[in-house]
Amino acid sequence: MTTWFDSPADAAKRLHDSGYLADTATATTAYLAGALEKPLLVEGPAGVGKTELAKAVARATGAELVRLQCYEGLDEARALYEWNYKKQLLRIQAAGDQSWEQTHDDIFTEEFLLTRPLLTAIRREEQTVLLVDEVDKTDVEVEGLLLEVLSDFQVTIPEMGTVSAVRRPFVVLTSNATRELSEAVKRRCLFLHLDYPDAAREKEIVVSQVPGVADRLAAELVETVARLRELELKKAPSIAESVDWARTLVALEVDDLDEEAVGATLGVVLKHASDQDKALAALRGHQAGARRR
Amino acid sequence: MALLDRHIAFVEALRAAGLPVSLSEDLDAVEAVTQLGLADREALRAGLAATLVKREGHRTSFDALFDLWFPPLLGAGVGGHGAPPEDEDDRTAEQVAQVLRTEVEALRQELSQALQDEDADRLRELTQEAVGRFGAMPGRGQGLSSWSSYNALQRIDPDTVVLRLARALMAGSDDRRPLSEELAMRTATRRVEGWRRQVEGEVRRRVAEEKGAEHVARTTVRPSVDRIPFTAARRGEIEEMRRQIYPLARRLASRLAKEQHARRRGPLDFRRTVRASVSTGGVPLTTHHRPRRPHRTELVVLCDVSGSVANFAAFTLLLVYALQEQFSKVRAFTFVDDVAEVTGEFRAGADPEETLTRLTESARHASLWGRTDYGRALREFRSRFGDAVGPRSSLLVLGDARSNYTDPRLDVLRDLADRARHAWWLNPEATAQWDTGDSAASQYGEVVPMVECRNLAQLTAFVHDIV
Repeated sequence: MTTWFDSPADAAKRLHDSGYLADTATATTAYLAGALEKPLLVEGPAGVGKTELAKAVARATGAELVRLQCYEGLDEARALYEWNYKKQLLRIQAAGDQSWEQTHDDIFTEEFLLTRPLLTAIRREEQTVLLVDEVDKTDVEVEGLLLEVLSDFQVTIPEMGTVSAVRRPFVVLTSNATRELSEAVKRRCLFLHLDYPDAAREKEIVVSQVPGVADRLAAELVETVARLRELELKKAPSIAESVDWARTLVALEVDDLDEEAVGATLGVVLKHASDQDKALAALRGHQAGARRR
Repeated sequence: MALLDRHIAFVEALRAAGLPVSLSEDLDAVEAVTQLGLADREALRAGLAATLVKREGHRTSFDALFDLWFPPLLGAGVGGHGAPPEDEDDRTAEQVAQVLRTEVEALRQELSQALQDEDADRLRELTQEAVGRFGAMPGRGQGLSSWSSYNALQRIDPDTVVLRLARALMAGSDDRRPLSEELAMRTATRRVEGWRRQVEGEVRRRVAEEKGAEHVARTTVRPSVDRIPFTAARRGEIEEMRRQIYPLARRLASRLAKEQHARRRGPLDFRRTVRASVSTGGVPLTTHHRPRRPHRTELVVLCDVSGSVANFAAFTLLLVYALQEQFSKVRAFTFVDDVAEVTGEFRAGADPEETLTRLTESARHASLWGRTDYGRALREFRSRFGDAVGPRSSLLVLGDARSNYTDPRLDVLRDLADRARHAWWLNPEATAQWDTGDSAASQYGEVVPMVECRNLAQLTAFVHDIV
């Protein structure tokens, strides 16, 4: 029996130490995921640190991260395990006059098994964080596959029998909510919705991620980004993009986020032409107001 | 009430509010509470949310119910702002009013200061004070008194506080930069709005304490956004729904793409199949297929934009246009008693807010006398835009079929429906209300299939089915 975190406060502190600033809800849920040994489903807009949370848990607990990146068309052979077909062929050819029965038993053994992330995570004896990234991108069939793994932490291989987890991994699933996951998967998971952080926390994140950014610049930047998010853009700027923006400004040695600087670097945070136009119009109005006084 | 009973009642209330909480999730929640303990209310909230709420749209309902079942304090709290004593008779009415005015003024002053400093603790105290002092509603007898957020807010008049706060923000202070006028107003409005919600929550809490949480949950907790009827939505909720449209369309589009992918397997892709068979020693274990060309519908939307159903029409149009790539062509017409084409108002990637404003303006073009007249509108539509409906197009009529007792002109609709490939009628009223008053729902329903479509959930389901 392993413990991941001692308490929500412990979770918050250790995540903070490993460079992830978690709020109460995130820390509590991360603690519960460890304490109840339940998978954690993290949902939210792109770039709010869903994947980063899994990495931070791995760093904070000294566990190894096993990652399964999901995409359309992902199947059992890529997610779970696969028989090394070519090697099996060689083995059969090399068998010579050995009886078929014997060869048959030989080629379905450990040696010919290629383990993929899900099986790897379950068979590891050390502490493991299993990250199933962008689970909403997969087909519905893969969800069925995940069910067995997530509820019982075991995998059934017809030729070898059932492999159970020696030590339960800390499972994090992330989703951008491009599609509703099935109720069955949701029921087995703890759910955490990550959203854009408030200004104070975002500033803290920017300052901790970007060395050399001035406090005042960070505050201005966070304020502008918060304003951009209010604008109903096609793609609202994410935390990752505010961090990128701060890096850009530091690299260009800009210390004041005036209209000119915003205009020149807005491409870092907004990636649609129509969004940029809209944002510039809105920000110009705001700055003109500031100058008038 | 024992803790377990309270927990079970809470889960019951969640289910009543439309959250699908299964038994296993309930058990998880109990275990989470055991692990977390009850010392930290926010941790408890997070723990219960993680185990019980699996959809972000349900979070608002959850929070409202959590505040009712696990209130932050009991009674008037330690500070003790109960209802004011009522027997101070030796003063004249004038004097009482005078005292009250100064009290209100002092509270406003403190409130705008606390909002300016964003002092959460002080704000909570002020919320309790405001409700305790000014929110009491005299009851008819002992124990029947109640609380009202309307009373409290009326006295304090949040708009004054917004102005005062905005002025303070524009002036700036020692450690804060002054803000521009527009930004200050925006910030002030947002903060006061947040405080107003606190007051409403506090009133709910006090009422729940006196009358039981179940009572309050039944009467005040609103359903989640996708279940709010279009015709009964409040202003804030309409905004919330508008924000939901694009994510909804995106989800719907990706679901459709996936389903079409799975459903439509075209002819064998010989090259890819042979290429894939090389890795299995020349045996084609898996076959590959070319995708089949998707069939796309041409859609003609005819919508009633008279006051009562304008919201519904607007949302449907927005959703249809957000899904534009699923259709080969979309034409939209609005009517009240005359018809106007609004196809040009929708452009790919346009701002939904602007589109809605333009749409409301177009309602003026669509009305001569401003009284809904379905018969006339249908006739006009057939004579002026009749060629829009052809054998390749699907006709979608949106409206409540309330035609002010005029001739419904079923023959015109029948003619249009016959010309089109498919025809549907979406009605934003509950089925129970059809045919009441001036509604001609079932008469039209006999000509084209009529579907009840009261909220975003039903709308999504319908759009999914027709594509």
